[in-house]
Amino acid sequence: MELTSTWYLVLAAILFALGATGLLVRRNPLIMFMCVELMLNAVNLTFVTFGNDLNDLGGEISVFFVLVVAAAEVVVGLAIIVAIMRRRNEATADDLSVLRG
Amino acid sequence: MVATVHSSTQQLANMQLVELVWLVPLLPLLGFITLMFFGRRLGEPVAGWIATGAMGGSFLASLVVFAGMLGLEGGESGERIVQVKLFDWVVAGDFNVDIGLLADPLSVTMILFITGVATLIHLYSIGYMHGDPNFSKFFVYLNLFAFSMLMLVLGDNLLLTFLGWEGVGACSYFLISFWFTDEANASAGKKAFVTNRVGDFGFMLATFLAFFAYGSIEYGEMFSGTPIAASTATAIALLVFVGAAGKSAQFPLYIWLPDAMAGPTPVSALIHAATMVTSGVYLLVRINPILAQAHDWAPSLIAWVGLFTALFAASIAVAQDDIKKVLAYSTVSQLGFMIVAVGTGVYVAALFHMITHAFFKALMFLGSGSVIHGMNDDQDMKRYGGLAKLMPITAGTFLVGWLAIAGIPPFSGFWSKDEILVGIYANNDIFANKILFVLLLIAALLTAFYMTRLVILTFFGAPRWRDEATGEAPISNDEAPISSDEELPARHPHESPWTMTLPLVALAGAALVAGGLNLPFTKDLHFLEHWLEPSLLGNEFHDLPPGSTKLMLAVIATLCAIGGIVAAWKLYFDKSGGTGPDAPAILAQGWGYDDAVSNFMGGPGSKGFDALADFDGKVVDGAVNSVGKLIQLDGSFLRKIQNGLVRSYAALVAVGAIGLMIYFLVVSA
Repeated sequence: MELTSTWYLVLAAILFALGATGLLVRRNPLIMFMCVELMLNAVNLTFVTFGNDLNDLGGEISVFFVLVVAAAEVVVGLAIIVAIMRRRNEATADDLSVLRG
Repeated sequence: MVATVHSSTQQLANMQLVELVWLVPLLPLLGFITLMFFGRRLGEPVAGWIATGAMGGSFLASLVVFAGMLGLEGGESGERIVQVKLFDWVVAGDFNVDIGLLADPLSVTMILFITGVATLIHLYSIGYMHGDPNFSKFFVYLNLFAFSMLMLVLGDNLLLTFLGWEGVGACSYFLISFWFTDEANASAGKKAFVTNRVGDFGFMLATFLAFFAYGSIEYGEMFSGTPIAASTATAIALLVFVGAAGKSAQFPLYIWLPDAMAGPTPVSALIHAATMVTSGVYLLVRINPILAQAHDWAPSLIAWVGLFTALFAASIAVAQDDIKKVLAYSTVSQLGFMIVAVGTGVYVAALFHMITHAFFKALMFLGSGSVIHGMNDDQDMKRYGGLAKLMPITAGTFLVGWLAIAGIPPFSGFWSKDEILVGIYANNDIFANKILFVLLLIAALLTAFYMTRLVILTFFGAPRWRDEATGEAPISNDEAPISSDEELPARHPHESPWTMTLPLVALAGAALVAGGLNLPFTKDLHFLEHWLEPSLLGNEFHDLPPGSTKLMLAVIATLCAIGGIVAAWKLYFDKSGGTGPDAPAILAQGWGYDDAVSNFMGGPGSKGFDALADFDGKVVDGAVNSVGKLIQLDGSFLRKIQNGLVRSYAALVAVGAIGLMIYFLVVSA
């Protein structure tokens, strides 16, 4: 059985759905963060798949951009989460709602 | 060739002198700023001297500008119209206003006599305000006033003129109610301010309309472009006249000026006689091309309003006992003369009378201040009398002012008033000009009459007071003592210090010779007329009668003046201490006009205004507030979405993304 690009796309869709669901149902900020990473990488997979399919380097290049942005996001995001956890142990994402309107 | 080069370098040098015009308003501004920050620390009399110095410097700068302008080519060449742009002020699309000064013969004439008279009055104030706890504050206001007034006349566009216009209005308010602890003074200031707002409203509408019609509010651009429709010009001219009626105290807006006498006397002399009240006349002269383009009835209306004011105020002045009130109504009346001149189109005569009036009326106000100063701040002429011997300089200079305003040749007032009379006699475009001429002659007669009454009651006749030291009425050789001394107020009249008498002498000199500015005999002696020619853009009324008619008119005017003086002399000169017959009460009350206005404003008027305010509060503000409330209500629903829960935001994003996906799939399918 040959692995066609469909397989990759389906895998990406499953990963994305897993990430999105996790983001919505989990309350631990760290887990939510990992879910976001999962979604990003699902998108990366589709980029690479289509880049390969269409013989266009643009797909692969986009992945680099996403990786860089994700790295930056991790730096900032983790720092914030650590800072919050220090102040309020076992805080969930739902407790951090001081910015409500 | 050499000659041309020489003349052009000279012209350049003269031009540079004229361009120094920015110094003229700058010096009073610097004086104002200095005194505002350090005035209280400097105290008396240094603060006064700084203010006087700033004004004197401004006068010198005006002289330099004048000298430079004399060196430039006059007449049609347009060389004498110099615009000095300082910087951009308002830049908004097509609407462009600069802070720019316009030095032309008209504005230079104005700044010369404004700074000259203001310097003298500043000097006088040092003596007059001696011992006042707010000595330095007085000079802060005076310098600010001078700055505003100079910006008013030098501004090269309507908006800058309006800035000065409001500035002088504000300073007038500050200075009228300078002694604000007295309720009457404070409310007099308020009255002046509110009445002037009515006029300012007209000025503002005129500015808007001018921008609409010309696309610019800069004088140079307005008057060099294509002429506008006669009806628009009429509307602008009349709206400006509403403004002028407010500032220059014309009927029906004159009521604030007599009350404005509550301020210190130098203020009455500077602001309410010599300078600020002439700004309405100045503005009408400035926009003379608009008046020329207006329908014929507009100048007629202006002339008739002026005439009515002149006559009306003169009749009231006859019956006043307060020395400053007489002078105040006299000012209203004389301003009426100037407005008649503007309506008639004899702008030179208007300016001429404005200048001579500034001299002799400032002189008489300062003289009255000197008298009031000597009489323990009593202003009632019925308790004066026989002061000529005790205050020789004040009396002597006052007599010059009296003869000038009465129109006795060769004093300055005669020449300027005569030109107005000749102009109105000759200009047949004005509605019923011959009747207007006769009525104006009657106003002139009344002027001579009430001024003579003032002079006699103050300086001649028997004293109606007793000496503070001896307790007796001073007895002199030719004046009989008065009985019932007990009721006479105790006074100690004395001549004022030199800071007060020097300005009197200087102004008396000016009032004596200022007629030489524009002598009627030959064309060469029309100095003021030739000088002002570039500013009047050919709109001056020139069709004057031949010399013989002029002479006849001058003789009639002089006879009227003499008649007024003789009549007053007969009625009021009384060596036995009487004060002559009382004028009808209706005159003393100013024909009841002031009371009628007060009653109306207090009764139905104020109810009407309350209703308007109600309308504004409920309907206009209500509409605005309701829109705000509606938005607030929407917001209070929408804010619930912003609940601070990250997961719900994520859910919304997911729902949105899915929604968009469905939409695109459906559309693409």
